[in-house]
Amino acid sequence: MRKIRTYQDVPHDTGSGLLEQVLDQHHRLAERLALVRSVVAVASGKGGVGKSAITANLAAALAARGLAVGAVDADLNGPSLGRMLGVSGARLADRASGVEPAQSPSGVRVMSMEFLQEEEDAPLRWREPSMGRFIWQSTLETGVLREFLGDVEWGELDILLVDVPPGTDKIARLLELVPDLDQMLLVTTPSETSRFVVSKSVRMAREAAVGTVALVSNMAGHTCPECGHVSDLFAGDGAKRLEEESGVPLWAEIPFDPRLGAATDSGTPLVITDPDADSSRAILALADRVEEHVGIREGGVVEETGS
Amino acid sequence: MKFLCLDCDDIMKFAERQLPGDGTLAAVFKCGSCGREMAMLTNPMETQLVSSLGIKIGGREVPAQPMELARTSLEGGRDEAFVLSEDIPLTSGAPAAQGEEASPGEATAGRIVWTSEAAGRLERVPSFVRGMVKRIYTDWARERGVLEITPDIMDRARTELGLEGM
Repeated sequence: MRKIRTYQDVPHDTGSGLLEQVLDQHHRLAERLALVRSVVAVASGKGGVGKSAITANLAAALAARGLAVGAVDADLNGPSLGRMLGVSGARLADRASGVEPAQSPSGVRVMSMEFLQEEEDAPLRWREPSMGRFIWQSTLETGVLREFLGDVEWGELDILLVDVPPGTDKIARLLELVPDLDQMLLVTTPSETSRFVVSKSVRMAREAAVGTVALVSNMAGHTCPECGHVSDLFAGDGAKRLEEESGVPLWAEIPFDPRLGAATDSGTPLVITDPDADSSRAILALADRVEEHVGIREGGVVEETGS
Repeated sequence: MKFLCLDCDDIMKFAERQLPGDGTLAAVFKCGSCGREMAMLTNPMETQLVSSLGIKIGGREVPAQPMELARTSLEGGRDEAFVLSEDIPLTSGAPAAQGEEASPGEATAGRIVWTSEAAGRLERVPSFVRGMVKRIYTDWARERGVLEITPDIMDRARTELGLEGM
C-alpha cells in the first residue's frame, strides 16, 4: 500500500486562507480587549437566579463611582440587559472601526442582541438551510458573541461585564473567547438545587484558572416591609455550603426585594433609584469587591478529581 | 482541509471560488507541480458550516466588516439598528471623471465618489447591512484604484466578491 502523507506532514499554506482568517478574528478580539482592564463574567450555570438583574445593577453601581464600564448581554436567545439598563431600542453608530455600543442613562456602554432584532417577540433565528440547524447554531452564536466583544468600539474600559446565559456550555464558550478572564461571579441562591448546579460552574471556572472566582447568593432571605422580620425563601443554605465545600468565597448575599425587579423592569437599576435598600447595599458592597479585585489573579486551582 | 496531488506528492493550492447563488460553493484547487485542477463542491449545509465560522474559503478580498457575521446571518434584523456613520460619505472630495481610475492604493476614502444611480441602489439595501455593504464596495474600489462607484462597478464587485443580494 502506498504511503500518503498525513495532514500534519503537508505544509499549511494551501492558499485557502482559512487559518489566517481564524487567527485574524482572534487578533481583532485580543486587540479590542487589550483596552479593557478587567473582563468580569456574571454567570451561574443555573437559570432564573437573577444574573441579568445583578449584572445591570452591578454595572450601574460601578459606573456611578466613575469607572468606565461596559456590559455585554451574552444571552443571545433571551436578551434583557438593554431593557434593564434603559436602552431598549437603542440605535448603534456604524463605523468602519467598529459599532458604537449603546450608552445607558447610568453611564454603562451596552451591547445586546435586543438592539439587532426587528420584532420584540421574535425568537433568535439564523439565515441557514433548514436542515441540521443544531450543527451550526452554536458556532454562529459563538461567532456573534465574538463580534459583540471584538467588533464593538468599547474604547478604554475599567470593567467589561458579561452576562452569561444558563448552562456550563455557555461559560465554556466565553472562556474560549476570553481565556484570561479576570473575574467570574457565580450567582446562586440558597437552594440545594442551585448549589448542585452551580458547583459544576465552580469547577469549570477553577479548572480554567480564572483570575478570581466568587459566589453571589441571590434571593437570600426576604425582609417583611411591614414588620422587618427576615424570612427565608428557600430551605437550606446551599450557597454557604458551596462556599465551604469549594473554598470559593461568598462575596454577597442579596436579599429578595420586589423593588429590585420592578426597577430593572423600568430600565433604572435599584442601586440608582434607592441605594439604601438592603439589596442595593449588598450589590454596592459586591461592587467594592469587584473593584478591589481588578487585575488580581488569585490563581485558579485545578482540582484533582481522583482516579 | 488540504488536497494533495498524489501523482506529484505536492499540495494543491486554492485557485478560484464560485458561488452560484443556490447555497452551494465551488472551490478550485490546483497542483503547483503538474497543474492539475480539481473542484471541491459543497452542498448548502457544508457551505453553511464554513460561513458559520465567519470565514471564506479562498480568503477575503476585502477585510471583515464589524458585526459582519451577525448582519449577514441574523434573520429578522432590525432595520433601524444601525445609524450610518459619516466616515465614508457618499459624495465627497473632488468629483472624478467618468470611469477615471487611479493606481491601486492611490484612491482614498475621500476621493471615492458614488454616482447618484449607485447611491440610489445602495439606498435600497436594507439599512441593517447598508453600512457594511457600503464599506465593502468602497474598500473593493480603493483596492483597485477605482475613484467612482457606479452601478456597473457595483455589479463587478458583487460578482467578484460573491455578494449575493447586495
